[in-house]
Amino acid sequence: MKRHLISAADLSRDDALLILDTADELAKISERSIKKLPTLRGRTVVNLFFEDSTRTRISFEAAAKRLSADVINFSAKGSSVSKGESLKDTALTLEAMGADAVVIRHGASGAPHRLASWVRGSVVNAGDGTHEHPTQALLDAFTMRRRLGSLDGRRVTIVGDILHSRVARSNVLLLATLGAEVTLVAPPTLLPVTVDSWPCEVSYDLDAVLPKSDVVMMLRVQRERMNAAFFPTEREYSRRYGLDRDRFARLRGETIVMHPGPMNRGMEIAADVADSPRSTIVEQVANGVTTRMAVLYLLLGGADLGGEIQ
Amino acid sequence: MVSSLADAVSHARGGARAVLEGPDINRALIRISHEILERTKGAEDVVLLGIPTRGVHLAARLAAYIRQFEGRSVPVGSLDVTMYRDDLRLRPARALGRTELPAEGIDDRVVVLVDDVLYSGRTVRSALDALNDLGRPRAVQLAALVDRGHRELPIRADYVGKNLPTSKSEIVKVYLEENDGRDAVLLLKGEEG
Repeated sequence: MKRHLISAADLSRDDALLILDTADELAKISERSIKKLPTLRGRTVVNLFFEDSTRTRISFEAAAKRLSADVINFSAKGSSVSKGESLKDTALTLEAMGADAVVIRHGASGAPHRLASWVRGSVVNAGDGTHEHPTQALLDAFTMRRRLGSLDGRRVTIVGDILHSRVARSNVLLLATLGAEVTLVAPPTLLPVTVDSWPCEVSYDLDAVLPKSDVVMMLRVQRERMNAAFFPTEREYSRRYGLDRDRFARLRGETIVMHPGPMNRGMEIAADVADSPRSTIVEQVANGVTTRMAVLYLLLGGADLGGEIQ
Repeated sequence: MVSSLADAVSHARGGARAVLEGPDINRALIRISHEILERTKGAEDVVLLGIPTRGVHLAARLAAYIRQFEGRSVPVGSLDVTMYRDDLRLRPARALGRTELPAEGIDDRVVVLVDDVLYSGRTVRSALDALNDLGRPRAVQLAALVDRGHRELPIRADYVGKNLPTSKSEIVKVYLEENDGRDAVLLLKGEEG
């Protein structure tokens, strides 16, 4: 595996399967009474969060702590960043503190990539702008594999705001690596212009795609990014692209419903659907900790690969 | 340790010496299973935990012999020690083996750890640490198919298939039917001879 995890495209099929297999073993830890392993004792993981995030940050924090690493949380609010410190200076500060891994979330696409050239430790992308969120894709793949077995030839439908979604991009890249067939469904205004070059199909008609799907992944309508007229009204969006009770009833019996959270109940997904046994939304949270443990173990658990600062 | 049969054959040509071959391994395991029955007075509370990969196969064979001799099925499981090793930082991160405890658990039981080769004792130390996080056995014992000496920690085996005096430069390879297609223990000359 590479030293950093910045894009889902960095992972070969073997890397991805190694992470998922490792996560499978680590999942048993959360069933034990002592949910801790000594593996990363003495290593320091810094959570560097420039954007608000609760679930991803605590998920990484729990993962690092279960492996006995020391965790330093650094959020931009109320920190030196709000006083105008640049990303590079923040990076050098972390470097001086001896961070073995930096988990970064940043509003700018590409920030983790820049950071990787300034620090000696491993950089894990926890979401950068509208670019990527590779650990979310890994935990989604892990959840699908646990429910459905192998991902080879499985049909995955991702519905919603693809344009602003780092989750969608990482999922498309990883699922293609793992042999699944992905179809994106969204209004044309919420698809990126370069979507033709992605390894997936595109459709504007949710009802046509749903009956063929093994997995339906609903994305959140990111109100904070809806600064242009992407669709006429929320009501219309919900009617055409929301997973309501009627659409849910037309899914095949074994199809699972996923959502990366946080969700808008009643908007992209109906409350009944979110709470059904075929929804994996709560599982995804638990699987997030396990998958991130696997990533941290594989990046930090072995010999120091001796990264050079460029 | 992972090696193919073709590999083994080429070793044999290159001056490797077979220490145990074919039925020898099962003879040693039969004796060990009798010793376990004797020492634990019928293996009543015994749980066999194999250390992946080959220890797991050895544990399964021991359980089969115990069932054959005493009509008692002892619970068998596997215990991966990778996350507890003290040499993790000497090599790139490695894939994890499988940990599977029997449904009965290990609390208040006599756990017999089973491994193929006992050498420095560091694997066993890791296993003891791992057990500590999983429960509290009444006692822990150790069975090894081959004890090749050179201990680096105060650890000894309770049951040994074969004591094999070796030099540190030599390599001991264990091949088992379940994993490698044949049963054999080979002693190979190391690089420096």
